[in-house]
Formats: sequence, C-alpha cells, structure tokens
Amino acid sequence: MLTFIVRRLLAGAVLVLAVSMISFTLLYAGGGNIARRILGQNATEETVAQLAHELGLDQPLIGQYTGWLTSALSGDLGVSWVTSQSVAVSLGSRLAVTLSLVICTTVIAAVVSVGLGVLAARRGGWVDSVVQLVGVIGFAIPGFLVALYLVIWFAIDLGWFRATGYTPIGESFSEWVNSITLPVIALSLGAIAAVAQQVRGSVIDAMSRDYVRTLRARGLGLTRVVYEHVLRNAGGPALAVLGVQFVGLLGGAVIVEQVFALPGIGQLTVTATGGGDIPVVMGVVVATAVIVVIVNLLIELGQAALNPKVRLS
Amino acid sequence: MSSVASSPAPFAARQHLLARLVRRPVALFSLVVLSVVVVVAALGARIAPYDPNEADISLVLATPSAEHVLGNDSAGRDVLSRLLAATQISIAAALVAIVTALILGVVAGLIAGYYRGWFDTVASWGTAVVMALPGIVVLLAVRAVVGSSIWLAMVVFGLLISPAYYKLVHSSVTAVRQELYIDAARVSGLGSLRIIARHVLSVVRAPIIMQSAIVAGMTIAVQAGLEFLGLGDLNVPTWGQMLNDAFVNIYRAPHLMLWPSLAIALTSIALTLLANAMRDELERSTPVRRRRRRKAAQADVVDPAPAPEVIAHADDAATAAIADERLLEIAGLRVAYDQPDGSSIEVVHGVSMAIRRGEVHGLIGESGSGKSQTAFSVLGLLPRGGRVTAGTIDFDGTALAGGSEKAYAPIRGTRIGYIPQEPMSNLDPSFTIGHQLVEPLRVGLGMSKAEAKAKALALLARVGIPDPQRTFDAYPFEVSGGMAQRVLIAGAVSTDPDLIIADEPTTALDVTVQAEVLDLLRDLQAERGMAMLLVTHNFGVVADLCDRVTVMQHGLFVESGPVRTILRTPEHPYTRSLLDSILDEGPARAPYGTTRKEARL
Repeated sequence: MLTFIVRRLLAGAVLVLAVSMISFTLLYAGGGNIARRILGQNATEETVAQLAHELGLDQPLIGQYTGWLTSALSGDLGVSWVTSQSVAVSLGSRLAVTLSLVICTTVIAAVVSVGLGVLAARRGGWVDSVVQLVGVIGFAIPGFLVALYLVIWFAIDLGWFRATGYTPIGESFSEWVNSITLPVIALSLGAIAAVAQQVRGSVIDAMSRDYVRTLRARGLGLTRVVYEHVLRNAGGPALAVLGVQFVGLLGGAVIVEQVFALPGIGQLTVTATGGGDIPVVMGVVVATAVIVVIVNLLIELGQAALNPKVRLS
Repeated sequence: MSSVASSPAPFAARQHLLARLVRRPVALFSLVVLSVVVVVAALGARIAPYDPNEADISLVLATPSAEHVLGNDSAGRDVLSRLLAATQISIAAALVAIVTALILGVVAGLIAGYYRGWFDTVASWGTAVVMALPGIVVLLAVRAVVGSSIWLAMVVFGLLISPAYYKLVHSSVTAVRQELYIDAARVSGLGSLRIIARHVLSVVRAPIIMQSAIVAGMTIAVQAGLEFLGLGDLNVPTWGQMLNDAFVNIYRAPHLMLWPSLAIALTSIALTLLANAMRDELERSTPVRRRRRRKAAQADVVDPAPAPEVIAHADDAATAAIADERLLEIAGLRVAYDQPDGSSIEVVHGVSMAIRRGEVHGLIGESGSGKSQTAFSVLGLLPRGGRVTAGTIDFDGTALAGGSEKAYAPIRGTRIGYIPQEPMSNLDPSFTIGHQLVEPLRVGLGMSKAEAKAKALALLARVGIPDPQRTFDAYPFEVSGGMAQRVLIAGAVSTDPDLIIADEPTTALDVTVQAEVLDLLRDLQAERGMAMLLVTHNFGVVADLCDRVTVMQHGLFVESGPVRTILRTPEHPYTRSLLDSILDEGPARAPYGTTRKEARL
C-alpha cells in the first residue's frame, strides 16, 4: 500500500513538472513582447528593454525556468508584476475560498448523486425517467447560467441570500453559509447530473451480478444488500467520475466566482490574465495541477479502500 | 434482417440512425431546435433588421417596441440583430473547436491505436497532462500570452477537448485490430491506410458523431462562459457577451437576460438530448435485434396447444421409504419476462411438482429449458423483469409465489438454502469470505459476532477446507473455484435449512473437483436429512445423488418418477435422448441403471 502511494505521488510529481515546464515555456516564450504588452504600445524601446531586464525576461528561457523551479520548490512562486505581492501568499488566501466552494460542492454532489442514482436504479419506471431527464438537463445547462438565475431569483428578487461577496468560515459560520449556498448549488447541478448517471449505471450493473442473488438467497434484505454490497462495488466507477467532475468544478468555479464576486482563484486568474501578470498565471496553473494530482490520489485511495483487488495488487 | 446486421455500409447505416432518431420525440425535438439554430447561423446577420453593432444612444436599454422587437442593449444596439449575428459567431466558434478536436483526436487516436509504439506512449502522456487542468484556466492563461481572440481560444479549446476523441478512437482501434477480419485484410494485401479507412473508421463513425454532439454542447458552454467574463472581442457579438451585458444591467433591463440564456440553454440541451438519444439507439440496435430473433425462435418451439400430460412413474421400493410429508409443492407455475415493448415472454408454461421432506429431487433438462427459472421462482429471486404469472408455490404451509417479501423473510436463507452454479461470480469480490459467511448468520439467526465466526469456521472445516482461518480471512479472488464452491455450500447449509436449492452445483468445476463436491453434498444431505432440489443437465449427477427426478423441456415437465425407474425405462423420447448423452459427458460413475444411493443401501 505504501509503495502504491509513493508510486502515485511520484507520477503526480512528474505530471506537475511536465505541466509547469509546458506552461512556463508558453507563458514566457514571448520574451520582450511581454514587457511591451505591460507597458503598452507607446512605450519606448529603452523602457521596454529595461523592464524586460528587470523582470529577467532577457535571460535564456531554460535559465528562467530553472530559476523559477528552484524557488518554487522552496515555496516561493515569485512576485506579482502588478501588485508586487508574493504569488504564494495571494494564492493561499484565494485558494481557501475556491477550495471551500469546490469541496462543499463535491461532498454535496457525492451524497445527492448516490441517493438519486440508487433511487433511479432500484425504482426504474417513471422515477428513473425523471432522474435521467433532470440529469440530462443538469448536464447540458452551463453552471454559470444557473448561477445567474439563482442570483436573480434568490438573491435579487427574493433576497434570501447575498448576491455577492464572501465571509470566511472562521469569521461567521452563518454568513459563510449564506455567501456560499448559491454558488455551491450552481456548481453542483452539473456534477450531480454526471455522477448520478454513473451511480445509476453501476448500481444496475452490480444488481444484476450473481452474488447479489446469492446474498439475498442467504436471507439478507434487498436494502441491506444494495447499501452494503452493491454500493461498495458500484463505488469505484462513481468515484472515478467524481474525480473527473472535480477538475471540471475547478474550471466552473472560475466563472461562478465572477458571478458572485467571490475573491477566489477564479477572480485572481481573470485579473491576472487581463493584466498580463504572468507570475500569477503561472502560479495558478501549477497550483491547480497540484490540487488535481492530490485529488486524483485521494480518489485512487478511495477506490483501493472500496476494492480489495486494487488494494492487494 | 441479416442485411442490416452484416452491412457496415456507412451511408445506409447513417440513414438508418437518422431515420430511427426521427421516430423518437425527444430526438426529433432536438433535431428541430438544432436545425433552427443552424439555419439562423447560416443566414446570420443577413436577415438581421439592423447592423448588430449600430449603436443608438437614444435607445439605450429600451424595452421591446415595434421597430426593435426584442428591445435594445446598453449601447442602444438592436437585440434581435445582435442575437442573429451572435448565433452565427457562436456556432462558427463551436465548429472551430470541434474540427480542431476531431482532427487532433482522431488522427492521434488512429496512429497511436494502430501502430502503438512511442507515439502511443507520448500521446497518452499528453492526454494525461491536458486532462489534469481545467480548460478554462488554460484558456485564461493562453489569453495572458496572445490576447483575446475567440478563434484562437476555440482552437486551443479544441486541443484541450481532443482527448475525448482520442480515447474513443484509440480504444476502438485497439479492439478492432484484434479482430480476425483485420488480419484477413492484411493478408489479402490491403495497405494499412485502406484498412484503417475501411474498417476502423466505419466502427468509430457513429460514436464520433455522438461525441461531437456532447463536445459541441461543452464548447458552447465554455465559449459563452469566456465571453461572459468579458474576455472576448467587444466588437464581435456572441451569446456570452450579450449575457454579460444583460447581467450588468440586470436591475435596469431584466428583459435582456431572456434571449441569450434561452439560446445557450436550448442549444446545449438539444445537443445533449440528441447525444443521449443517439447513444440509446446505438446501444439498443444490437440487443433488440438479438432479442427479437430469440423471441421468434421461441415462438417456433413453444407449442401453443394445452400442456401435454407429464409421464409420471409410481414410487419404487426406495422412494416409497421417504416419509410422505410434502415440504415443497409447486402447482401450475408459470414464469414470464417483461419486455421493453410491454409484452412478455413466458419461459415456464405451467409446471407442478412436490418434494418430500428429506428427498433429493433432480430437475434435469438442457440449458434454456426453464429449470433454473423454476428454481429461482421458489427462491423468489427471478432476474430483473421476470415474475411468476400463475400457479402456487407452497413451502411447508407458507404460500410463496406472489407472496410479499414478508412471506419470504423467515424462510429464504434460513429454511431454504441456495447453492449457485458459478462459484466465483457468486461471492462478492469486495468482502472477505468470512464476512459473507458471518453476515447471514447474524442477520438470519441473530447470532453474536463471536458465535457466528465460530460457526463459520466450523462449517469451513466441515466442507473440507484445509485451513479454515486463512480462507475465512481471504477475499474470493484469492481462493480456487473448488474452494469457493465449498464456501458457498458451507453458507447454504449454515442455517440448517430444510430445503437446499442447488443450481448446477458442479457444472463450473474441474472434473476431479466435481466428484469431491458431489460426495460432500451427498454426505451433508445424509447427515442433516435436508431435502434438495438439484438442477442439472447431467444424468450422471442425477444418478449419483437423487431419489427422484423430473425431466424438463421447453418450459414444461415431460417425465417424472424415481431415478431408477427413469434410468431403466425412460418413456419420453426427450428423456431417452438425455440418457443417451450420458455416455458422452460427465462423471457417470454409478453403473447404468443403479443409483449410487441404492448401491450403498
């Protein structure tokens, strides 16, 4: 088991390295043009060259990258070109917002989609049709469109929730819930739709297995067999889909954060890309890749916990 | 029918799919919506009443009027004209992304899947890298470098989404290249290119069309999202940008929200519904055809005339010795399976039998004769869609057929035990063997954990497992098939049931193991005096174990009586043909005409 984790972590590290290398190349390949874009068209050649020199953009790309990598490994992701703030520090405070949003969404999506998926698989008939139709629509409609209408209906028209802004959980729990409820709903619909479909499919598949009949023939009730045996066997594929959804949620959060004016990674990214603040963009990309790698590792550990074949091989 | 099944002609199949889709209301709705969108996109600004970028300060945020039927936006531009122009841009942008993704994904998938080697490795790694990042983050990063261009963003998004095609094509090619007809094509001298074009592309074409519908939906969502963030070119009207304008002015002009959201939502939903309908059609096409064929075949063999009389033989000396106390009585049992089209197919056509306490009753017939269906009916565990449509099942005074789960609760698993056919698939792979033995004892008999474990270990020892504790702690995939079957037998007898239903308990085992398992079953039966309904297709097993036997064919019982009588004087031609086959297969260890039981008496 330990070697499994170590091997996965190594593969993850290689992946993050590859992502950082590729994105660094693409982001910094512009060289002097980057300084030109920051200063605008009217700047003189000298000022552009001077800025490029100050930012280290006149160095060879490979040298710039190794420099970035060495400091990144010690936790220093550089300094924003616009605000002069440490990228690691601003990422840290922004991540708290985005992660609380995305983790809440994942937990809620997992619980709801298991419930819906099992319901659809066991009941069949019209219940199944309704769950499937809702799933299709939830999958089809973009999350930010849902977010817009949630803001209009529940925040602007009804006034039940705040339309914008974020309160950290440490400051006030009820305010935190208030600020995060609508974004979480907006984000979770798509994930619920996708995961519920998968749960439904794997539960139907697992229910038709011979061992389900045998366990029932041994006197175990259907509900017990479904929740103890079927769900455990159906859990692996569902977890895999949840992992894919998590990556999608990180992306969806970027837009939904804009709608609700939440100071998360999304807002940081939008501002940074607009202002050509490349160290911040680089930090966001790498941080996202690290999160995705960690989540994938957690998903695999979850699958190993559910399935002894994965665990023991 | 065979022409449909065997003709891979691309054009005919596509027409076929389209024709089938039109018959589905949901798919028809999607096609209509998408056709409207495509027509609007094609005509675009040409049918717009105004220039989509013509601003009129006097009309800022104006509500709908006769001249401007959908009103005006924050710059006083005509909303209808912008909507029409935006449709053109949005659809064109989606097409750019799809075409990019298609070219990259399909070509890479074909090369990687067909030639393997280093390209496969590199492409798989590239896929992993691309999928490790949310698309929108990458798109934003790209924007930081190259500025805002909707077309370039869509090319990049096409690259990001190309793994969807890559994986599809890669797995299809990997599957297809194993097929014999590819070897045949290669042997007959066709070049790789022609093989790919002819065989591989015809296999992946339909899934690719389906995938494209999904990809189109995602592209429209992502593109609208980007534009909504205000990252697009402000002079190019798009749905997302209209939405942005509307949301910014939500307090002053709420009516602006409606049209762009409707365009995005309807297009996305139509694309997803269409993809779903296509998937259903593609998945359904094969099984339905097969099912219909089976139905037709069944209709041929099933005689609609009233059930012929069962040839019943009287008790002989051996069977007369069994106390005449009926434990299980089945009367007029009919079993049918519901079909998706609302009809049902009957597989058991009214059968009756009785099993006395302590009697081992063989139920023999070829596969598909309905013997397992009869056994599952007694357990109340017919597969999905199956149900008892007529007749009664009486177990020791309790009516089971049509009875609720309540009627079964005190009986199934405690008074009736079940031994399945295929040992490996009948143990839950996710739980230890011990857990699967202990759980029913605790639930059914209310034992404590320690009691149940002690009993399970004793049972494992009893069924001849050399190291019970080790097997108890093992997972099913860690033991052999013979061991697994012993575990299942231990489980079936663990509650000291009155009746064991054994469904081909030795069929899936090696010949040597078969004999051992039969010995074990015989010993356990004699030791505990259980009655047994033994389903088998093998007269050797019947001769070895049973007191009486019933012969089943095409869902009906044809002959029934003491084993020795049937072995010596079979009357029904089907019984005779089964007996003839005894020479060809199975462990027929008892001398012909004597039962093993009898030999020992």
